[in-house]
Amino acid sequence: MDKTKEKVVAGVVVENIIKTYGKKKDMTALNDISFDVQKGELFGLIGPDGAGKTSLFRILTTLLLADSGKATVDGFDVVKDYKAIRKRVGYMPGRFSLYPDLSVEENLNFFATIFNTSIEENYDLVKDIYVQIEPFKKRKAGKLSGGMKQKLALSCALIHRPSVLFLDEPTTGVDAVSRKEFWEMLKGLKQQGITILVSTPYMDEARLCDRIALIQNGKILSINSPQGIVNDFSKPLWAVKSDRMLHLQNELQEKDFVENVYPFGEFHHVVMKNESGSEQLRNFITAHSSENAVLQQVKPDIEDCFIDLMKN
Amino acid sequence: MSNGKVITAEQLTKRFGDFVAVDHISFDVMKGEIFGFLGANGAGKTTAMRMLCGLSLPTSGKATVAGFDVFKENEKIKKSIGYMSQKFSLYEDLTVKENMEFYGGIYHKSDKFIKEKTTFILNELHLTKEGNKLVKSLPLGWKQKLAFSVAIFHEPEIVFLDEPTGGVDPVTRREFWNMIYQAADRGITVFVTTHYMDEAEYCSRVSIMVDGRIEALDTPSQLKKTYEAASMDEVFLRLARKAVRAAD
Repeated sequence: MDKTKEKVVAGVVVENIIKTYGKKKDMTALNDISFDVQKGELFGLIGPDGAGKTSLFRILTTLLLADSGKATVDGFDVVKDYKAIRKRVGYMPGRFSLYPDLSVEENLNFFATIFNTSIEENYDLVKDIYVQIEPFKKRKAGKLSGGMKQKLALSCALIHRPSVLFLDEPTTGVDAVSRKEFWEMLKGLKQQGITILVSTPYMDEARLCDRIALIQNGKILSINSPQGIVNDFSKPLWAVKSDRMLHLQNELQEKDFVENVYPFGEFHHVVMKNESGSEQLRNFITAHSSENAVLQQVKPDIEDCFIDLMKN
Repeated sequence: MSNGKVITAEQLTKRFGDFVAVDHISFDVMKGEIFGFLGANGAGKTTAMRMLCGLSLPTSGKATVAGFDVFKENEKIKKSIGYMSQKFSLYEDLTVKENMEFYGGIYHKSDKFIKEKTTFILNELHLTKEGNKLVKSLPLGWKQKLAFSVAIFHEPEIVFLDEPTGGVDPVTRREFWNMIYQAADRGITVFVTTHYMDEAEYCSRVSIMVDGRIEALDTPSQLKKTYEAASMDEVFLRLARKAVRAAD
């Protein structure tokens, strides 16, 4: 098959990337990672701190070398063609990386200038985001609120009209309202044809991506569309609650028909080993009706899938 | 403490110049309660928490923590509380045991107390073998659980947790909440902030701050009823979207 042609159209291709740290190379950050991101796709790397997300971003943005494996961004090799890649990618690192002593406007101007462009030239691309902080354009970046810093950082990462955008945990420490607004902005950028690779520890954001990779301890647990990941969860899943939640969890943990039970918001989620367990669970709940125990079947969430994949 | 109230706040206010960061908030927290303190970035949570921890003097109003006055007895407050945040928790270059010795020492605990407590915690966390390892060599999830144990090492009346589970995997996040429940069971009052709305459901009561004021305070189930919402996420969004002032 024509593999080279396939690579040209892909936004990002990662093949067997391994990255270790330490003198003895005994700390494995990325353990044989492979995946690809199509052009114009909004791809999410979902996993907790320490999963290896930042190492991967740094390798793809040519700021770090992998021990082995290959990767291309927009068809360019991350080692050989690092200069070409740096010109065409936007990178928003996890840590605030703008100049705190420059104003909002100066920061944006600075990033435009080093990429030989101007704010005016690419204003249409950043407009929707930048207008929200434009009233504060004379303010020093270090004096902005968390949400505004995030918007400025995104504007700066976009001002040279990158073809691929890397966003490393853009919503960490950001409240639920600002997180929703941020994802609205990403949808807008996707419509402009920009390939976006975004990482997040928040499982609920996974739903907003075209495809996601669940990542933990340097390994990919699963890659699929959010719906596909959920569809792969094949065991019966129930939600239960009663007046004595902690007690309910402890009791269910001991049952041999229960594979796993864990708190899930107002309910506990109970994963059954197989279909026949559901009947036993129903009997168990009926026997606890004096404690107002209730039972309902639920569809798995990305978080259920992640917990399940972590266990196995 | 009167009537089992561990925290009382009445019209508590903090101004910075013209800016009213915390605007006349009033609430009580009962002994053994898990009290969720929610709000958008910039709503005034951190300022309020700093006043309750005795780190920042209120402009006006009244408050007591563990029976001590936040205006006059802030040193006594510091001795009666524990504190943990996502950003700062443990000394990375000290071993697990050294961290515990250090915290125990700061709170003037006896050598015997420190030794027994250290053994107890390491057993509980299944970290007996890791006692002499540097904290920086531990995975994040373990660190957060250890940090919580260290924050309540001196058996405070109340522990303040500022986004303790940020960035933690979903399994460890739940193990962490199990530890919170156990602490509350032993009578330690827990005051916790979080951006995970499912965690709001695990609290005994939840307050939601908007623009420096407490807009809502109730049990999660009552809040959902009041706001006719299916989840705490919905309740939060409905209230936080009312915010006028910019974050932080």
